[in-house]
Amino acid sequence: MNKIPDNRAWWLVLPVFILVAFSALIPLMTVVNYSVQDIFGPNSAYFVGTDWFREVLQNENLQASLGRQFVFSAAVLLIEIPLGIGVALMMPTSGRRGSLCLILLAIPLLIPWNVVGTIWQIFGRGDIGLFGWALNEIGINYNYTGNTGDAWATVLLMDVWHWTPLVALLCYSGLRAIPEAFYQAAEIDRASRWAIFRYIQLPRLKSVLVIAVLLRFMDSFMIYTEPFVLTGGGPGSSTTFLSQTLTTMAIGQFDIGRAAAFSLVYFLIVLLVSWLFFTAITHLDKEK
Amino acid sequence: MAEIQLKSLAHSYSKHPSGPEDYAIRQISHTWHKGGAYALLGPSGCGKSTMLNIISGLLAPSEGEVLFDDVRVNELSPKERNIAQVFQFPVIYDSMTVFQNLAFPLRNAGMAKDRIETKVNEVAEILELEAVLHRKARNLTADEKQKVSMGRGLVRDDVSAILFDEPLTVIDPQLKWKLRRKLKQIHEQFNITMVYVTHDQLEASTFADKIAVMYDGQIVQFGTPRELFERPNHTFVGYFIGSPGMNLVAVERCEEGVRFNGMTVKLGAGLQSLLEQSTSSNLKLGIRPEFIQLTTTPSDDTFECDVTDIEDLGTYKIVSLTLGNQSIKARVDEDHAVAPGKIHAGFPRQWLKLYVDEFLIEEQTE
Repeated sequence: MNKIPDNRAWWLVLPVFILVAFSALIPLMTVVNYSVQDIFGPNSAYFVGTDWFREVLQNENLQASLGRQFVFSAAVLLIEIPLGIGVALMMPTSGRRGSLCLILLAIPLLIPWNVVGTIWQIFGRGDIGLFGWALNEIGINYNYTGNTGDAWATVLLMDVWHWTPLVALLCYSGLRAIPEAFYQAAEIDRASRWAIFRYIQLPRLKSVLVIAVLLRFMDSFMIYTEPFVLTGGGPGSSTTFLSQTLTTMAIGQFDIGRAAAFSLVYFLIVLLVSWLFFTAITHLDKEK
Repeated sequence: MAEIQLKSLAHSYSKHPSGPEDYAIRQISHTWHKGGAYALLGPSGCGKSTMLNIISGLLAPSEGEVLFDDVRVNELSPKERNIAQVFQFPVIYDSMTVFQNLAFPLRNAGMAKDRIETKVNEVAEILELEAVLHRKARNLTADEKQKVSMGRGLVRDDVSAILFDEPLTVIDPQLKWKLRRKLKQIHEQFNITMVYVTHDQLEASTFADKIAVMYDGQIVQFGTPRELFERPNHTFVGYFIGSPGMNLVAVERCEEGVRFNGMTVKLGAGLQSLLEQSTSSNLKLGIRPEFIQLTTTPSDDTFECDVTDIEDLGTYKIVSLTLGNQSIKARVDEDHAVAPGKIHAGFPRQWLKLYVDEFLIEEQTE
C-alpha cells in the first residue's frame, strides 16, 4: 500500500490539542504569566523576570514549609507502603471474609477529605473525643492543639488511616494475580515464608507498588484539606504544609506573583521526585 | 531416597463426594520402590497429576495414607517430606538469574556457598545451561525455562524422590529425546527414586523400568513395558499401549467357549472353568495386531476375513480386516505380501486374552 502524505491530517490532532490546552496548558501558562510580572492593577503590570523565583527560593517561611513537607511525605511512604503490603498479605484470599475485608478497607477511601479532618479533629479531642480522652485516661498527656509532637502524630495517623487501604487494595490485587503454580514450586523448593515474600511476591508486586508509591507521594506532598481542618497548621506553623503556605500567600495575602512562582517550583518538585521514584523502581533489576 | 507407599488412597476435589464419579483417585494401593525409575502413564484427566501432588504433599488426600519408608507423611509439608517436583509448565523465579534459580532450593536448605556453587555448575553442565547461567531467568526461551525448572529438582541429591509432571510438554521434539536420555543418565548416576507422569507411551517406556498405567482414578496395571504389551491386565491397557492398540471383540458365552457372529472360539479347560465362576455378560476377547497371523491357506484354526485397507508405514503394514461385522487390525512385516480380498487370520491361543468386566482372566501358569 502506498502512503499518501497529506498534512491536513494534522487537523485530526486538533480536538486533543484543544482539550489539553484548556485542561492544562492555558491554566499553567496563566500561572507562568503571573510569575514573571508584578501586577498592581488592570493596566499596571511590570515584567520582573526571575525576581519572584529568586525571592521565593530564599524565603525562610517557605523553606521551612518545604522541609516539613518532605519529612511528612517520607514518613507517609515509610509507614503506608510496608503497612499496606502487610495488610494485603494478611487478608483472606477468598470467600465471605475476603469480601468483608475489602469493604471495610474501602470505607476510609470513600470519606470526603474535609470530613476525614473533622472526624479526627473530634476523635482526638481530650474532652469529647474517644481517642484523645482514652489516651489521657490511661495517663498519656495528649493534646494535639498544643503539643507539636502530638499534632504530627495525629496528622500522620489520620493519613495512615485514610490512605493505607489504598496501598493495601493495590497490593491485594497484585497478590491475587500471582499464579498458584509459583507458590507450589516455592513450597517444593523448601522456601521459607520470608523467601516466598522476597523472591516471589515482592517482585510480582513491583508494578502495583510503582503506582502506590507515586500516588501516595503526590497525594501526600500536596496534602491540604485534612491537616487544615484538623490542626489549622498549628500549633504555631508546625503542621503547616506546603500547599497551605501557598494558599495563604495567594489568597490570604493576595501575593499573586510570589505565589505563582512558588506554584511552578512546587509543580517541578513533584514532577522531579515522581520521575526519580519511577526511574529508580523500574530500573531496579534491569539486566546489566 | 525413600520407598513411597500409598495405602488405599482416594481423593475427591468436592467436599461431600456422593459417589465414585466424584473421585479423582479411587482406592489406590501401590508402592514405588527405592531408587526406581517409574512412569505413570494415562490419558488426560485420569488423576495422574492429583496422585503426584498427593505424593509431594501439595494436596492432602481425602482418604488413605501416604508412607515414606513406612512412616506416615500425610500431615507433612513438601518441605518436610524433602521431595522435588517438576511441573508441566515452567515455573521460574523471574527476578533471579538462572544461577540463583538453581541455587534457590539449596539456599533454602542452608547449604554452604561453595557446595551450592559446585552443585549448580554440575547440573547446569548436564542440562547445558552454562551459557545462560548468569542471565535473568525471565529472558529465556520456553525450552530453557523448563530446563531451569527441572534443574531446580535435580540439584537436590538428597531428596526422597523427584516427581515429574509431564515435564517435556513444552519442549521441542529433538530436545525432548535428549532430555529424556539425560534424566535416565541422572537416574543411573544418583539412583534417585523418580516418578515420571506422561500420557505418551513412548516417553514412558524409554524413561522407566516399570510403568503404572492409570485409568479413571485407578492404577490398572503396573509392570515392565513388555508385560504391558504382552499381558495387558485391563482392556484399557490393551487399547492404550501399542500402536495400533489391542483388538477387542465383545463375545458371549457358549458351551465350548465364547462366540461372536456365529463363530466359536474354543477356550482351554482351565479358562473355561474360570469363566464359569463369573456371571458377568461383559466379556471381551483381545489380541494384539502384532500377533495375528495372516495366511492365504485356510486351516482349522483360521477365520476367513475381508481385507478392507492396507496402510504401509514403511517398516510395517497395518491391515484392516472385517471378520463378520467386527473390524480388526493386524500388523504385519513390511515384506509380508497382503492382497485385497479374502484372507485367513489365525489367532494364536497364547496371545488371545479373555477379559471379564474389562479385567484379564488367566489360567495360572507355572
